[in-house]
Amino acid sequence: MSGDDLWYSLFGRLEAKALPFVRAWEHPTLSEFIGAGAGAMVVVGGIAVVALLSWLRWWRPLFLDWLTSLDHKKIGIMYVVLAAVMFTRALIEAVLMRTQQSLAINAPGIVAPEHFAQLFSTHGTIMIFFMAMPFLTGLINYVVPLQIGARDVAFPLLNSISLMLTAGGAGLVMVSLAVGDFSTGGWSGYPPYTGKAFQPGVGPDYWIWAVTLSSLGTTLSGLNFATTIYKKRCPGMHLMRMPLFCWTALCTSVLMIFAMPPLTLATALLALDRYADFHFFTNDLGGNMMNYVNLFWLFGHPEVYILILPAFGVYSEVISAFSSKELYGYISLVLATMAIGVLSFTVWLHHFFTMGQSADVNAVFGIATMTIAVPTGVKIYDWIWTMFRGEVRFTTPMLFSLAFLVTFVLGGLSGIMLAVPPIDYVVHNTVFLVAHFHNVIIPGLLYGLIAGYMYWFPKIFGFRLNERWGRISFVCWVAGFYLAFMPLYVLGLGGMARRSQALFEPDYRPWLIVAVLGAFLLLAALATLFGQLVVSIRQREHNRVPVGDPWDARSLEWSIPAPPPEYNFATIPHVDRRDVFYWRKAEEKTYRAAERYDDIAVPKNSWIGPIVGFAGAVCAFGLVWHIWWMAILGFLAGWTAVIARSFVRDTHRIVPAAEVEAAERRWLAQVAAARPVPRRLEVNSDNVGLAEPFPAPVPA
Amino acid sequence: MSGPQLRHVGLNLTGADTLEPGEAESGLYGFWIFLMSDAVVFALLFAIYGTQLAGTAGAPGPAALFKLGPAFVETLLLLTSSLTFGLASIAMKYDRTCTGLVVWLCITLALGLAFLGFELNDFATMAAQGATPDRSGFLSAFFALVPTHGLHVTAGCLWIVVMLVQIATFGLDARVKLNLLRLGLFWHFLDIVWIGIFSVVYLQGTLG
Repeated sequence: MSGDDLWYSLFGRLEAKALPFVRAWEHPTLSEFIGAGAGAMVVVGGIAVVALLSWLRWWRPLFLDWLTSLDHKKIGIMYVVLAAVMFTRALIEAVLMRTQQSLAINAPGIVAPEHFAQLFSTHGTIMIFFMAMPFLTGLINYVVPLQIGARDVAFPLLNSISLMLTAGGAGLVMVSLAVGDFSTGGWSGYPPYTGKAFQPGVGPDYWIWAVTLSSLGTTLSGLNFATTIYKKRCPGMHLMRMPLFCWTALCTSVLMIFAMPPLTLATALLALDRYADFHFFTNDLGGNMMNYVNLFWLFGHPEVYILILPAFGVYSEVISAFSSKELYGYISLVLATMAIGVLSFTVWLHHFFTMGQSADVNAVFGIATMTIAVPTGVKIYDWIWTMFRGEVRFTTPMLFSLAFLVTFVLGGLSGIMLAVPPIDYVVHNTVFLVAHFHNVIIPGLLYGLIAGYMYWFPKIFGFRLNERWGRISFVCWVAGFYLAFMPLYVLGLGGMARRSQALFEPDYRPWLIVAVLGAFLLLAALATLFGQLVVSIRQREHNRVPVGDPWDARSLEWSIPAPPPEYNFATIPHVDRRDVFYWRKAEEKTYRAAERYDDIAVPKNSWIGPIVGFAGAVCAFGLVWHIWWMAILGFLAGWTAVIARSFVRDTHRIVPAAEVEAAERRWLAQVAAARPVPRRLEVNSDNVGLAEPFPAPVPA
Repeated sequence: MSGPQLRHVGLNLTGADTLEPGEAESGLYGFWIFLMSDAVVFALLFAIYGTQLAGTAGAPGPAALFKLGPAFVETLLLLTSSLTFGLASIAMKYDRTCTGLVVWLCITLALGLAFLGFELNDFATMAAQGATPDRSGFLSAFFALVPTHGLHVTAGCLWIVVMLVQIATFGLDARVKLNLLRLGLFWHFLDIVWIGIFSVVYLQGTLG
């Protein structure tokens, strides 16, 4: 065996040039320095995290209290933390791209074409798979079991495995910064460009396996949530009594179950093309790349609704709570949600109107696409009517909801324009499209996620977020969005192609400069969001809401302490109508001790989730670099762990009834000592989470 | 409530209630959902097979490659294994000992392995005729669809082995029973997929 063979069998295609630092040394250009800087940030950041954890002696709590936990609440929080980390990276990449385009008009700019292509590929991949999806999965994880009166999700261990698979995929994308390079094929990874003939390197492989891990995790999450919502509701919680967020979570779960398999299959078949010389999507020998495009968008379009529906659920909760009104048109909102879910599978072809179908086929899909505007319009009116004559309070989550209502409609209108095939022919592949989907995703999804984060934060951590910083952040998010993306509509109509590393039209310059300012403002918005968190943690003693109902809200999650105990409900609630907590408050039937308390079984922590996630990432890394022993090892380790777990019988821990009762009585004592606050004082430090009954009871 | 109560779709067991209330119900329900998701994968693989059928690119096509004889034997083996799994489930529900269950499971395993043996022999014969997936889009689609089913059967066989070990370790506790119910659903599902493969791939390929 020669030295090369030995190297290959041990390290596959790894070589010194895979490191961006070596590349920067050999070709000292600005673009390479930026790449090496990003790689260095990953390495230094990793070392810093390890050092910090060691210094604070947080390794044990990190693993024993968090990473191995099967508590849906902790898993939810970890999902959101993962999303926050990935969000930061992808937003910096966005700023870099906007900077490049604003500088590169008849000039080279700061990043090379290859590097620019990696930036838009990772930006899209991360924002969809490792920012939006974990964020909404985290919210669903935390909130849905509380809203339906359950003690956990249906499959707590599976939940942990889903999280860790997603985290493994995210880790792989981060590793690609420091070792090798990422795909240049965009977030949708169209072959044949991402096939072996055009990109023999590791880039598309990183993309394939990162997305595959995330896709598997998401399928399992969908399965878990759907079973939870169908089977774990508390007595009396009929489907039509569920809070609307549960409905949207259910619809999203169903979409995950049916829409993720096409993606898994698309990436798997692309991998077969690249690794085993199959001919699914190649140009020659009977391959057909249209199959990939169909598979990808069979996933991709429902994915849009996987993302947006939970945000719609958040708006429904937030608007109803901060208007102090029952959700207007509950049944129509449920029907609209389900209609969107069904229609989302009938429109995928509008992502490729220009790729050779007949005009009739395009017309059918164009009309189907416009049809989705109908249920969405129903929802918009329902939210407006919910506010009508309500006692509206303009707290930060409410401000985000209002900004959503206006801005999302604009995005929807440009969507209807794009749904007309002749218009699509004119503007496809321009930044008009980029403007459109950012216009629906940022005000639609992102504002919703932020609103949800701020709305439920007091429930999750037991103290309110700083309202002033919240407003500053809100202004940055809204102004930043309009500045960054409205110019792109103009530029798109002016013919500027998307994903352009260099431009040659000086007339674009003013619009691009406005857009880059907007991008920096959005970065500032994220920074203020973190700033708000830091300030709020420092002020936490002033803003505690231990009683648990700071917003005079309506659903079951507000009827328990903040933060909730591990078992959620000391006694399982019984529900006899919609908005049950609100009406019980009005009847003064809340905050009472139960007649008796029982032992509660909660799932014990398990290492299986972290092991499977890590093994998955190791397997994927081995596959990317053709380190076959590593790939096989990771694959076997993951499955061995799962099989070994099936032999474990001692999976639950009992919380004794006495302990439950003591905790409940301590909380009830806090409730008794608390002074109720009226709604107009809810952002005041007097608010300890006990709402003044409304209307105030008339003294007899 | 008196008498047996139906809690989920499929074979309901009596007297397996060391599980938490509702655990069998949601456990089985979740597995049905998993199978639906898996069914989407197979549906798409069938669709791709359909679109790639003509893409033979000069390599051997269906008529030259497929032989109905071995495919028919495979069909018989797999369908019989579904029957024997059904008998295993009935033995689990009604027998006091687990002898019947273990015997039927072993027979099912043997039939599954025999199926895999025949299938691998088919693939080897095809490869010997020069029909490998790198030759054409048609062969790629074939070697994605049929071996994916084969991999599922392999996983099913491994699962049977694991369950046999669990029966030896724990006897028939509630969890073992629950897992056997899931395994049963999985095994019958693979049977249904195979009927699709036999009709769409082999019958259409040789007679159509």
